[in-house]
Amino acid sequence: MIRSDVLKSIVPVITDELVICNIGLPSQELFMFDDQPSNFYMLGTMGLCSSVGLGLAMAQPEKVIAIDGDGSVLTNFGTLPTIANNVTDNFVLLIIDNGSYGSTGDQPTYAGQKTSLSKVAEACGCEHVVECQAEDTAAELKKALDSGQMTIIVCKCESGNIPVSVIEIPPVVIRDRFMKEVARRQG
Amino acid sequence: MADTISQRIVDDLVANGIDFVTTVPCKQLAGVIEVLDKDDRIHHVPANKEDEGMGLCAGAFMGGKRPCIIMQNTAIGVTINTLATLIQFYQMPLPMLISYRGELGEPVACQVEMAIHTKPLLQQMNIPTFHFHKEEDVEELGKILEYTRMCSKPTAILTDASFWRGY
Repeated sequence: MIRSDVLKSIVPVITDELVICNIGLPSQELFMFDDQPSNFYMLGTMGLCSSVGLGLAMAQPEKVIAIDGDGSVLTNFGTLPTIANNVTDNFVLLIIDNGSYGSTGDQPTYAGQKTSLSKVAEACGCEHVVECQAEDTAAELKKALDSGQMTIIVCKCESGNIPVSVIEIPPVVIRDRFMKEVARRQG
Repeated sequence: MADTISQRIVDDLVANGIDFVTTVPCKQLAGVIEVLDKDDRIHHVPANKEDEGMGLCAGAFMGGKRPCIIMQNTAIGVTINTLATLIQFYQMPLPMLISYRGELGEPVACQVEMAIHTKPLLQQMNIPTFHFHKEEDVEELGKILEYTRMCSKPTAILTDASFWRGY
């Protein structure tokens, strides 16, 4: 399975959750498979998906899934100690780890070599860390959401991409419809 | 040791609805960080790097909070991309309370190197910038926070050593 297969497999699991999606192809793929006002697409800013997700989870009670990548987490490694030390139980960080910088031409990342992101997350103090194979991701995500505990899932999958279009919704519209959806749920 | 100016700043943040603050420390900001860390009216999240802190602020803003970031001016060098592609691109309000190191009274020569670039970089980024040099300049903080929310932009409040009366 490649990242787009993983994303397709988790779409049925994502029901009421707010989603922050990583820059580049992951956002474009999620947009193509299941665009929702409850999705916030990172159109720029490599690395900050998990930070935006954590900030959002801290700010309101709805469950938040940050769909991140191994390259992005490597870019913003400081995020893992911050997550570990600010336990926010409505937050799930799903790292789709294909061992490559997919959006820039599949250059290998260190996560696909000697570095284990799940071990790094544990060393940073994250208490619920799950590493799984691509085909088990949907089940692990469901389990994490049901657990009510902040969870980091590292999903190991193959490198590779499918053709997708760029997201043409203006950024302010993405942000505005997302915030209206958040506000609607607060009643 | 927390001083009255630090307490005044935190009270002004609270009075203007700021309820989520991320910080990366600076010696000049030690007092204000100490005060806000003890204040349960504000959710304080220390960040490891300032761009990470801005990501946290962006998420908190979308979740209904009113965020602020407290950092040193050297962080302008770290956060240019985040300011352009996250805070400005999605039009989010973000007041940045910044210690302006490298001005008069600075003992560390290297701090001058980024002080020289601070205002030109902020100007290049079209970021409304305010400079607190005297203690009474703090009187404008409330209005700056209101202005930031009104225009949905990042704004910079540079606080120099004279404002902090040394450190």
